[in-house]
Amino acid sequence: MVSSKVAAAKPDSSKKLRPSKVKSLAKYEAKKKARAAGTLKKKPKQNLLSGTATWKVVYKSGTWRFVHRPTENKLKAKAKAEGKPTNETRKFKKSIVVKPIKGEKNGETREVHTVKRKAYYPTLKTPKKHRARGLFKNHKRNIRPTLTPGTIVILLTGVHKGKRAVLLKTLDTGLLLITGPFILNAIPMRRVHQGHVIATKTKLDISSVKIPEEIDDKYFKRTLLKKKPKKNESKSLFVQKPKTYRPTEKRKSDQKLVDAQVLDVIKKHKDKKSFFLYLSSMFGLRNNQYPHRMQF
Amino acid sequence: MPFKRFVETGRVVYVVDGPYKGKICSIVDCIDQKTVLVDGPESGVPRSKMRIAQIHLTKFKINFPYNGSTRTVRQAWIKADLNKLWIQSRWAEKAANREKRASLGDFERFKLKRARKVRNKIRTNVYKALFNKTYCPKKKTVKTAKA
Repeated sequence: MVSSKVAAAKPDSSKKLRPSKVKSLAKYEAKKKARAAGTLKKKPKQNLLSGTATWKVVYKSGTWRFVHRPTENKLKAKAKAEGKPTNETRKFKKSIVVKPIKGEKNGETREVHTVKRKAYYPTLKTPKKHRARGLFKNHKRNIRPTLTPGTIVILLTGVHKGKRAVLLKTLDTGLLLITGPFILNAIPMRRVHQGHVIATKTKLDISSVKIPEEIDDKYFKRTLLKKKPKKNESKSLFVQKPKTYRPTEKRKSDQKLVDAQVLDVIKKHKDKKSFFLYLSSMFGLRNNQYPHRMQF
Repeated sequence: MPFKRFVETGRVVYVVDGPYKGKICSIVDCIDQKTVLVDGPESGVPRSKMRIAQIHLTKFKINFPYNGSTRTVRQAWIKADLNKLWIQSRWAEKAANREKRASLGDFERFKLKRARKVRNKIRTNVYKALFNKTYCPKKKTVKTAKA
């Protein structure tokens, strides 16, 4: 191990070098000497349209070619005008090579793929294509049939867990839009995942409630509280209070608008008084109550 | 105290487990130590064998001969007016209440809780008023809860 390491650090002169390596080393040395003497000739930059440019330059690599697509087109046009053949055809590697197979009962030849394919098995002619998953926005949303607009839901997680809220609608991301209403139990309009909610049998007819159209998933997108300090700004001497979330005026007004309508619906309920108390109270389990045996 | 209810032909039983849970039927025959042949033509229980562990014996008994056919069982059932007798019993009433309570939704449960609170307050107030009247008519009275 040690000897090999040493060998790697200092090339052994006694060791035979490959001829190509010797050549490149000599070139390197010559260049070094020329630079020291100040006689190094700088290679003129190739102007792709000067006429000295060759197709080889353009086809240096896939990306190179892509970047120089306009140049390539111009060259093509120039070549066409001059009546020269465009060196356009590239050689592609063959994907399948027929190889002779020795042995008596081996069918003599066999088709061999030069590039190994994904999910390749020798017996498979065409590898199975896996279906692409697609974008999240195109996913199919499955929302429980019990979760219809107007359903009273019991929240199971988060800051509002144990509270009861009104389901307003389901959003494009598959999340539920709910509201307390805010006066009753301090739940603002917010999004919840259906898995974090128990749907109850109790439903309100909120068909008359009009929810502003701009209330969608984007509306609830979080904004950064902290901004990076600018370079020019000097740090203040005093300890600054950390910024906390404050709802915008727009959100407050929207909340009032929707809640007023929902409260109107509740007022029309025949058990109005109980309903107000119901929504403002918390859900809990007592002795001998098991959620899996209960109806909601 | 001697036993009064026996596993016998004609004994009406309450099914507590299995697909016919909550229904009544009558024992027709004893198959072995653990199973009996039952029939409930008027209660929706088909003639079949049933484990004794999944039935409870009631105080009712109808009269029909041992191993009687469904027809004879039905006749005896109607003659005894068993469906009516069962509905009137406390057992049936409690069973119905239990079922009703189990089927309550969240909002109904909440309303029940509130109703019970109100009732209990009224009841304690009445009790305390009576207590004060009889045991300490002139002394300090026990405070009553706000209704």
